Order: sequence, then C-alpha cells, then structure tokens
Amino acid sequence: MSAINSNIPEGELTAKWTKFKSSVPLVNPSNKRSLEIIVVGSGLAGASAAATLAEMGYKVKCFCFQDSPRRAHSIAAQGGINAAKNYQNDGDSTYRLFYDTIKGGDYRAREANVHRLAEVSANIIDQCVAQGVPLAREYGGLLDNRSFGGTQVQRTFYAAGQTGQQLLLGAYSALERQIGMGKVEMFTRHEMLEVVKIEGKARGIIARNLITGELERHFGHAVVLGTGGYGNVFYLSTNAMGSNVTAAWKANKQGAFFANPCYTQIHPTCIPVSGDHQSKLTLMSESLRNDGRIWVPKMKDDTRKPQDIPEEERDYYLERRYPAFGNLVPRDVASRAAKERCDAGYGVGASKLAVYLDFKANTERYGRIEASKAGNHNPDKEICMRLGLEVIKEKYGNLFDMYAQITGENPYETPMRIYPAVHYTMGGLWVDYNLMTTVPGLYCTGEANFSDHGANRLGASALMQGLADGYFVLPYTIGAYLSKEISVKAIPTDHPAFAEAEAKAKGILDTLIGIKGTKSVDYFHKKLGLIMWEKCGMARNAEGLRSAIAEIQQLKKDFWSDVRVPGSADEYNPELEKAGRVADFIELGELMCMDALNRNESCGGHFREEYQTEEGEALRDDENYAYVAAWENKGDGTFELHKEELKFENIKIAQRSYK
Amino acid sequence: MSTGNMNLTLKVWRQKNTKDKGKMVDYKVSNISPDMSFLEMFDVLNEDLITKGDEPIVFDHDCREGICGMCSMFINGRPHGPKDAVTTCQLHMRSFKDGDTIVVEPWRAKAFPVIKDLTVDRSAFDRVIAAGGFISVNTGNAQDANNLPIPKAQADAAFEAAACIGCGACVATCKNASAMLFVSAKISQLALLPQGQPERYKRVQNMVAQMDAEGFGNCTNTGACEAECPKGISLENIARMNRDYYSAKFVSEEEG
Repeated sequence: MSAINSNIPEGELTAKWTKFKSSVPLVNPSNKRSLEIIVVGSGLAGASAAATLAEMGYKVKCFCFQDSPRRAHSIAAQGGINAAKNYQNDGDSTYRLFYDTIKGGDYRAREANVHRLAEVSANIIDQCVAQGVPLAREYGGLLDNRSFGGTQVQRTFYAAGQTGQQLLLGAYSALERQIGMGKVEMFTRHEMLEVVKIEGKARGIIARNLITGELERHFGHAVVLGTGGYGNVFYLSTNAMGSNVTAAWKANKQGAFFANPCYTQIHPTCIPVSGDHQSKLTLMSESLRNDGRIWVPKMKDDTRKPQDIPEEERDYYLERRYPAFGNLVPRDVASRAAKERCDAGYGVGASKLAVYLDFKANTERYGRIEASKAGNHNPDKEICMRLGLEVIKEKYGNLFDMYAQITGENPYETPMRIYPAVHYTMGGLWVDYNLMTTVPGLYCTGEANFSDHGANRLGASALMQGLADGYFVLPYTIGAYLSKEISVKAIPTDHPAFAEAEAKAKGILDTLIGIKGTKSVDYFHKKLGLIMWEKCGMARNAEGLRSAIAEIQQLKKDFWSDVRVPGSADEYNPELEKAGRVADFIELGELMCMDALNRNESCGGHFREEYQTEEGEALRDDENYAYVAAWENKGDGTFELHKEELKFENIKIAQRSYK
Repeated sequence: MSTGNMNLTLKVWRQKNTKDKGKMVDYKVSNISPDMSFLEMFDVLNEDLITKGDEPIVFDHDCREGICGMCSMFINGRPHGPKDAVTTCQLHMRSFKDGDTIVVEPWRAKAFPVIKDLTVDRSAFDRVIAAGGFISVNTGNAQDANNLPIPKAQADAAFEAAACIGCGACVATCKNASAMLFVSAKISQLALLPQGQPERYKRVQNMVAQMDAEGFGNCTNTGACEAECPKGISLENIARMNRDYYSAKFVSEEEG
C-alpha cells in the first residue's frame, strides 16, 4: 500500500497546520509570474483558488462549462456556512467544530485535514465580509447565526436562504477583479476532457470550446480540479443539470485514485418527486429543520388533511427516537428515519413517499416574542401566528416561495411535504494533506475531493470546505510543489503528450456521434439513475449491489451501441456534452457499487442493510473498515483498491449517538 | 413518458449560429402535465425531436431552481414568461391552458448576440463586473468580521440588491436594451456597505464606462426591468447609481 502517503505533518494536531505554513517552501514573486496554474471549475472551491493564486502572483487560467463563472452550482446552496467564531457565546471552539465534523462523518475522515478546516473556518467569514458579502445581521449590527444539524451550538452564518449565492458572488467578484487586471484568463463555456501528463506530472488539459466544438490544448505547471460532486449519477438529484464527474473521472483514468465513491449524501428535506417528467429535485434548506418539526400521522394510510390531525395523533418521530438532537440529527440519520416511516406505511401525500415539515409551533413562538417586543405580553394565538409568519417570511421567504412555485401549495398555511433526495457526494478524488491527488501536480479541491466529511457531511460545511480549500489551504500547499518547478519552462503544446491526449478526446467525441443509435442520452441516464437509487441509494445490500453491477455493465454496452447523439462535434451541441458526461457516470456508477459492496459495514451515508444495530442504526466495523478506500483505475472497468488507514489520535472513536 | 393532458402549440426561434438569419418554427407538444416546469416541457419536446432524428432546440439552463440565472427564454413577449418574480425554470405549466399557443424567443439585445436557437452570449455582464464590481481586498487582508458592525437595515438593503442573479431579463425586456438595473444592483450593494466606500466613486465610473462600451442602451425610466426582474430588484438602485455617478464627477479628483 505504499502508493498512497497522506503526507500529514508530524506533531500535535493543533500545531500541524501552523507548523506547515511556517516551514513550507516559498516561491519568490518573480518566479510566481512565470508559473502557470490551470483551475478547472469556478464554484466556491475553483473561483476562490483562482482569485487567490492570481493575487499571489501566479499566472492563472480558469475554466467553466457555464456561460459565466457566477453560475457554478455553489450558487444554489441555501442554508449557511459554519465557522467556529463562538459569537453566540454558546461554547463553540475550533475543537468542537473539528469534533462535530469527525463525529458527523461517522469517524471516516482524516483528523489532520478536518482540524485544519476548523482552524481556517473563522478566516473565511472575515474574508467574505470584507468582500462585501451581505451576511445576515442582528439589530446591533453584528453577524447573526442559526442552527444546523449534527451540532448543539449555533455556528452557521447565512444570507437568508441564498448563502451559497452570496458567497459565490463574493468569490466571483474577486475572480473578476483578477480577470480585469489580466492576471486570470477566463474560459467560459469550456469543458475539460483530458488531463495531460508529461513524465508522470500533470502539465495541462484538453478543453473543448463548447460553442465552436474546437479542442484546445492548455499548459500549466500544475492543474487544480474544483469541479464539484457526482450526485447526478442518480439522474435525479439536487445538483444542477450540468453538474458532472467528467473532469474527476478523466483524472482517475490518468492515475488519480478515486476515494470512497459510495459515500453519497441523501438530504432529508427535499420536495418529493411529482412525476416521470421530473428533471431535478429541489432542496428545502436544512435550516428549516431548525424552525420546523417533522412528523407523520400515527395511523397508517391516514388520508386526513394535516391540519385536521390532532396533536396527539402525530408522530414526531425524530424527537421520539433522538431526544437529545431531535429534528437536528445529521442528514443521514434524518433521511433513513423518513424512509423507515414511509416504508412502514406512514408516508403522506399522493405518492405516500413524503413526511410533513411543520412550522406552526415555532411560528407561534416567534410571534409571542414579537408581540412581547411590542409591549403585548399576553397576545392571543391569532396575533402570535400573524406576527410569527412575518418572522418566518423574513428568514425563509425565498424557500417558501420556491416550494409554492413547485408544488402549487402554500406552505404558510399547510405543512411542507418533504422526502430525501441525493444532494452531495462525500467521495471524490483522493488527495493528501496538500490536496494533491496521486498524480503529481494535479490538485483537487471542494466537493470534488474526498477529504473532510468522512461518510457524511454536516449541513453548512460544504461552503466552508470549498472556501477553506480555495482561499486558505491550496494557495499555501501548492507552493510546496511549485517551489520545485521554478526551473521548468512552459512546455509548448505541440508536445506529443498534448497531441495524444487531444486525439483521445477527439476519438471519444467522434465515436459518440458515430453510433447513431435509437435512444437519447437521457434515456440511458434515467436508467442508470434508477439502478443507482434503488440499489445503491439510501440503503444497500450485497445482493442488490451485485445485480446493480451486472445491470450497469449491460447498460454500458447498450449505451455504446445504441445512443443517438444528433448534430456534429464541431458545433455547439449540448447533447454531445451530455453524452460524454453520462458515459463517465455509467463507469463511475459501477465503481460506486463495487465500493459499497466492498465496505461490509454501515457508516454515515453508506447504509448496508446487513449491518445495523437492533434499533436500526448504522453499525460500523472499525476493526476492518477504518480506512479510506482509494480506487486505482486499471482500465477496462477494473480497479485496484488501496487503503489509507485512518488513525484517531485525538478523538475517541465511538458509536455515533444522537439520542 | 409525460403524464398530463395539455396539448400546446409552440412557436420557437431557431437559429443555427450567430451568422444564421434564424426563423420561427412551429411545434406541437402533447400530454403535458401541469406540474412540469417550462423547461421540462422543452425536455419532452427535445426528446421527441431527437427520436424523430431532428435537432433538439438549444437553450441555456442549469440549476433549475431559480438561482443560477442561466435560463433565459422570452415567452409570449415577456422574459421568463407570464408569472411575476420567477425564472423560466420555476415557471410551471399550470400557468398555461390546454390548447395555448406559446411564442418562445431568445433574449434580444445588441450586447447579447444569439449563439444558437434560444442561447445568447451574456459575457458583457462579466466584463462590467470585472471593470469594478468588487471590493479590492486580497485573501488574508480581512479583519475580524464583527469589528465592523453594520446596521441591520443597511445590511438588508445591500442584500436585496445583491440578490440579482445576472440573468439579463432586465436587458431583454427594456426597449433600449439597457443594463442599468443589473449594473446599479451591484453598485448599490457595495455603496450601501462601509466596506464599499473607499472605491465607491471610482467603481461607478468604471462600471458605467464598461456598460456603455458593451453597447447597452440608456435608461428612459420605463420601469419594465423592475417589473420583469425575477428577483424583484428595485428601480431605486438605478436612482442610487445615477446619484453616485454625478457625485463622482465632484469627488473623483480627491479620490484619484
């Protein structure tokens, strides 16, 4: 297993990052000007890295497939961003954020990385506020916080239900500033199709100009992938339609190991599927669980309207099962609990695959506070509800509007119906402490890497990790590599390695166009999604996973013989883009099932039905599976497993309990 | 695969590339469910076109939850269609009736050339932001976030301006193809915050200069932009931008 070395610095956990920063080799300003870095992706992890690297003096090229870097899917994150500021004086600290994240991840993340994340979390808030990001404030003018799942403190900073948008626009404006100064060259509507390797090191990419169809060669002394997660392997997810695994998957084929692909996060509070036409699922922020109570009727197949079901006939099952955390248990726990109730026949709505998220109790409570502020210390229920609705509206107005828009129901009057949906992927390219993959010079940041969330990510931690990686971690760690590259001159792109990579990319595009089969790309994507959701979704078992692998292998054959991609490769052709992405998703899907089959335990988002406690909780096997599963692509659908043992030196590993 | 019972006629702008002249083409779609989004209805149409061996209609879209600003259809003469305060992806077919004829065009503006079918090039917006839509603070320069209290009302007002998604509906609906709502939203956000003060007047000058260079038209206070904005960005922002722009002429010398 010598192939992977996590390169964690020696020393005390709390001193590792400080020590690293003060001993990492530096690159002087004039050398930085001749070092070129490619950043693929312009979301929180990509844009923040591209902007910061350019500020430091490197020459940066940044790529995104959207028409503007401002549209990367980080923009859709709703609820918030965690930081260990302890502004609420509720006992928060770097250690607590570190501890909550390791525990929330079900003890499957690397201690050193997570501690570093907690350390820099506070800097992120400072940086964003300095950029003019309008985070929510209290009347005293100071920053406000809200609660999120898996914690008992209030450490989540937010901007209504649009936190991701505001943070991304902050990073975007920093990026545009560098573009305006000529220090970042931006390539929009471009998609990376290959990593170029020269003498074992990442030295550039092949990107397709999506408008003209041209394949372009770009050199970089180092390449950074901040290309997001792979939730769209399930077809239906909360991801954007264009979110894809292609960059990470091509990297995997070039020798970057893919870690823990089976760790996917099913978010408990999404708007339920309404029909076959559905193209995506919409999240209702976890912050709503802060102010809402989740319940189902105590009676099976209860067809009464929720308003007509009396209090004593409601089962607030999260509060019942987990009294200490109640509605604020982590996502994996909340999702499974919803599935359990629906499978048992207590689901609501037409599909019976939904539970209620009810805001009534807190609306009334808020109303009472507001009335009290106005001097009315004995308000009646009606006044409380009226004033409370105003508070709810201010906190979550855009989410309530979105719910009404999609379902045609008014959530101010009737409880929301919600059900779990694929939301985030904890797995991703394996990286060491420096965020470098197993390919020298190839880095991976944000959701695209596997590093910080173990088997389950806590809410409001994705924005934190993306920006931590991009603003505060990678810009330091990449220096360790580049300081040894200062004598390497820019390699001309007529080098045979570029020609070979381009030919490979072209070959795939031409093949896809040439199949001229009978079924659309979406047909195959939906089929894949269904296999993954049913057999590698919220609950998995060995038998199902084996049959999923066989089905995916067959699907792959069918795809490559019967897909129809209209048009040509030398024009703007979104169907061709989709075809390339789905081809990669099919291969990834198979690996996810292999990984899930290999992991004979349940942990976090990976729930193997064979491994559960008597109460139906996830049952880990720390003796045999306290490792990161890093998969090396050997070609032709074969993979070799490498293991990175996880050592817990600062946290006592225990069964996760939120009771 | 559709599950509903609406039958519709679509008149859609088809244009092969920037140089092509383009034309309206009629399509029929059937069995449309009222629960579908407008874009999902287009998915059904495209699936049908692909199966028949025709070229699908190209349109911009991504998040499909109303926040990325990528979708951009001009529907029955209105950007993002007949409903107020929603993007096309959040427009649902329950807003239409069985038998309706729906006209779908791309954003039309000199500064937004058509790329293909319903897709236009909005990179002019990025260049306007690059000209000054930021606060010049490098990573690592920041002080503790709570060292700078900001009155809630002011922070909320900045947030409202910052809610712009950069979709370009304001430009598309304006008879002058003016970008003043978009530009003023960013200028306002930063002008309302203490962090934005040092560059306030330089910013407005640079951004307005870039806006003009991109070929956007001028503002004649019709207010269509505000009425059509999916995020409710207010015309007050334009007034604020104009004030700052004129003030800038007086203060620019001191600020350099």
